[in-house]
Amino acid sequence: MDRNAGRAEVHTQADAGQDSPLLEMAGVTKHFESGKRSVTALQDITAQVQKGVVTGLIGPDGAGKTTLMRLIAGLLLPDSGTLKVLGLNVIRDPLQVQAAIGYMPQHFGLYEDLTVQENLDLYADLQGVPRSDRPARYEGLMQMTGLGPFTARLAGRLSGGMKQKLGLACTLIKPPAFLLLDEPTVGVDPVSRRELWQIVYQLVEEQGMSVLLSTAYLDEAERCQQVVLLHQGVVLGQDAPSVFSNPLQNQAFLLSSKRWGRRQIRKQLHGKPGVLDATISGDRVRLVTDSPMEPEKVTDFLGPDAELTVTPVSPRFEDAFIALIKDHTDTETEAPPKQESPSGVSAKSKDGDVIVVEDVDRRFGDFMAVKGIHFRVRHGEIFGLLGANGAGKSTTFRMLCGLLPPSGGRLTVAGEDLRAAPARARARIGYMAQKFSLYSGLNVLQNLRFFSSAYGLRGPQRKDRIDWALTSFGLEPMADMPSGNLPLGFKKRLALAAALMHEPDILFLDEPTSGVDPVARREFWQRITQLADARVTILVTTHFMEEAEYCDRLVIMAQGEILGGGTPAQIKDRYRSDERPDPSLEDAFIAMITSDSEEAA
Amino acid sequence: MKGPRHSDSPSQKRLMRLGGLIRKEAHQIVRDPSSIAIAFVLPVILLLLFGYGVSLDAEHVPIAIVVEQPGRETAGFVAGFQHSPYFAPEIMHTIQRAEQALMHREVDGIVWLRSNFAQELLGPGPATIGLIVNGVNANQARIIEGYVKGVWSRWLKHTALDQGMTPGPTVAVEQRIWFNAEMRSRNFLVPGLIAIIMTLIGALLTAMVVAREWERGTMEALMVTPVRIQEILLGKIIPYFILGMGGMAVSVAMAVWVFEVPFRGSYGVLFVTAALFLLTALAMGLLISVVAKNQFVAGQIAIIATFLPAFILSGFLFDIGSMPKAVQMVTYIIAARYFVNILQSLFLAGTVWTVVIYNALALGIMCLFFLFLVRKRMKKRLE
Repeated sequence: MDRNAGRAEVHTQADAGQDSPLLEMAGVTKHFESGKRSVTALQDITAQVQKGVVTGLIGPDGAGKTTLMRLIAGLLLPDSGTLKVLGLNVIRDPLQVQAAIGYMPQHFGLYEDLTVQENLDLYADLQGVPRSDRPARYEGLMQMTGLGPFTARLAGRLSGGMKQKLGLACTLIKPPAFLLLDEPTVGVDPVSRRELWQIVYQLVEEQGMSVLLSTAYLDEAERCQQVVLLHQGVVLGQDAPSVFSNPLQNQAFLLSSKRWGRRQIRKQLHGKPGVLDATISGDRVRLVTDSPMEPEKVTDFLGPDAELTVTPVSPRFEDAFIALIKDHTDTETEAPPKQESPSGVSAKSKDGDVIVVEDVDRRFGDFMAVKGIHFRVRHGEIFGLLGANGAGKSTTFRMLCGLLPPSGGRLTVAGEDLRAAPARARARIGYMAQKFSLYSGLNVLQNLRFFSSAYGLRGPQRKDRIDWALTSFGLEPMADMPSGNLPLGFKKRLALAAALMHEPDILFLDEPTSGVDPVARREFWQRITQLADARVTILVTTHFMEEAEYCDRLVIMAQGEILGGGTPAQIKDRYRSDERPDPSLEDAFIAMITSDSEEAA
Repeated sequence: MKGPRHSDSPSQKRLMRLGGLIRKEAHQIVRDPSSIAIAFVLPVILLLLFGYGVSLDAEHVPIAIVVEQPGRETAGFVAGFQHSPYFAPEIMHTIQRAEQALMHREVDGIVWLRSNFAQELLGPGPATIGLIVNGVNANQARIIEGYVKGVWSRWLKHTALDQGMTPGPTVAVEQRIWFNAEMRSRNFLVPGLIAIIMTLIGALLTAMVVAREWERGTMEALMVTPVRIQEILLGKIIPYFILGMGGMAVSVAMAVWVFEVPFRGSYGVLFVTAALFLLTALAMGLLISVVAKNQFVAGQIAIIATFLPAFILSGFLFDIGSMPKAVQMVTYIIAARYFVNILQSLFLAGTVWTVVIYNALALGIMCLFFLFLVRKRMKKRLE
């Protein structure tokens, strides 16, 4: 495979003539001091953004996207290198640059205790928009964002999608020549995501605006005209998104088998020579090979016994990203998980519902975070709660863990109400929080020792479990490293190991893969599916649509309600139509939200 | 970071930006009760707490009076204690019992009239009484000692007059106490307390609200607009200056009407010096917010770096003159020190121009110094 196909062409300073790019960066390097250590956030970044197009700054969390955005906006100074925006030197004249650009920071930079109108007024004042121009400007923005009916509402009371649009409206109050959007779509529901993309293209096409947008969702790269791919502070490539994925033609396939389940197929394929990537997609497995292949040849991977059905599909941007970062492998993604049962949990073959949620409400003041939800999780199943930020996932989770009492309804975990019999029921659950909640000052071994004794393990049993955790999670080489200094992927591994010390048969995972790159995310799911194979019941929350594919069953939540549920394939089937013969989970999600709001209307 | 010399944005735009920021702040103040609580509720609570709680006067001190042989003379002496507002005496008959009471902290002192008290009194030699004071709290012990002597000498005078004698050949000390004739320590403490409270609320208000903007990410959005740093600073100082002056007015009103501390100076001078002091405190808060970008840390630093030094080193409670020289030097950089001086003089003595001008000048210098530092340190950048 031609792995250099996606590399950035390095333009020399010489060709920056009259038709010079809107943004030019050359050799930009930025370090941050954290205690005694110096962390390199960005290393020798050279890239351009052209006029009149949408450029995506794509990369997983921690790639350095936000740092780069802030450097461009003149909010940070680089250690070395040059940055030119609209022909202005950002380092020397940040004020002039700031007067010409629009910048929406992460979380939109809104005053939540101000109303929509007051937020708009503030930014109109700050941007010096003459009062006589405002009514027309406001009207245009309200029409574009659909916020017209909500001008008197406090910004804090808006939904995530509406906040995102208000943030955008505030940055657009004086139409900028160059619009910078830092992760505008993160944690926002898919409908609002689509609407944001429509607005962005409207701005580019109708007003000739140029947009630089950062995102961690790799599928959004395909919506951009140009992509700058950032990984671990380094630019991996810059080009049109199709240029990244085209070289992978004839390397992507969907597989299904009459004999084996999707997880079985995936497990067999994982790590085989010639296999670049194998992921679950609905009830099939998506395979990416490392060289072009005839579909008939693909069956050779698993032999004739598997009775594989192979359908060639077109490659995606994410495939190219995986190919590129496998090229830049670091230790974090190297060690493949051991194939043995990772929990060491003795298979307790019990059937029936392990988690029962009936008519559960949760109120905070006059705000209903969760409204009458219902679901049941069966033994040994991976069950997903899918939804945008603010959909009520975390509230549901906290109620299930007994950290928050429900306002109404009934919740049982393993047949017990966690609030009534907390100690007994808690001994059976493992919990991995969204944020790293281990002791950063302790080293890996000390953390494992602490958590094993906190769960009441002693003597040889405790030693066994610690040894098990170190070997099966590949943590041995860093046993005496302070946990706070571990790479993110290893922190997640350690957190999962700590949650499994007492061999729980129910595992709660709250956004377990937030912030890790796609390769580490695959590796993490590999472990999760192995746990499920060992009959551990797993409840997981996520806002990544593609992760929901790994679940046996899931429910989709929005604004505290469950919109629908079932297996990923069932959910998609419901929304299959002539226009969309092969809907994605995201399509299904959008169809659900739209029909839900139509019912409400 | 300096703006371009020839800004093409007219001053009208500058005013529009500042106006926008102030309106925004006003909306937030109205909707978020925490800043109103800091400005108005905190001073009321602190004044009530300290005004009533901290008193340097000894009143109703429990003491034991041991009368080994009751008689006419002893009865007169004991009555002197019973009528004094400073003591709550309890009569005992043996020193052992009284000592026990002292040990159990039921009483703070013992006045011991031996069995030969009446005899000695009539005899040629001096009559002796025993006085035992619990010295754990040295300050209070000294006060009790002084009060007992006072009661004793008054009783001697009365007895002498009763018996038609001129009160012995003693040198009569005629006491005159100036400025605080009733010797109420409250009159002296409450004005000082106002300065301490204003330090805290001034610094807390700005430190917390700026930290909040960092925490919520709104500062980042502000920084990428054409707004200037001095406009952001003024947009914070102006609304919280108004709020802080409101808190100041509440404190002064409480001092005058609740604690009945006389105010003898000029309200105009009070207003001007209070404004100077509040500006200094607000600037200190802004300086803290440059360092601390979350509300919790900002609150902690504001208390440790402004309130505690002001409390201990401003001379409001502990006399600066009796501090070691090195510590005295440190007090010069405590802004509250100057305002305590001004307030105490305005309340108790009236407008003493030498005091006011010297201290106001010092406050002005500190105010400019802190504002300069804030302007220097606060950058239109995130690091």
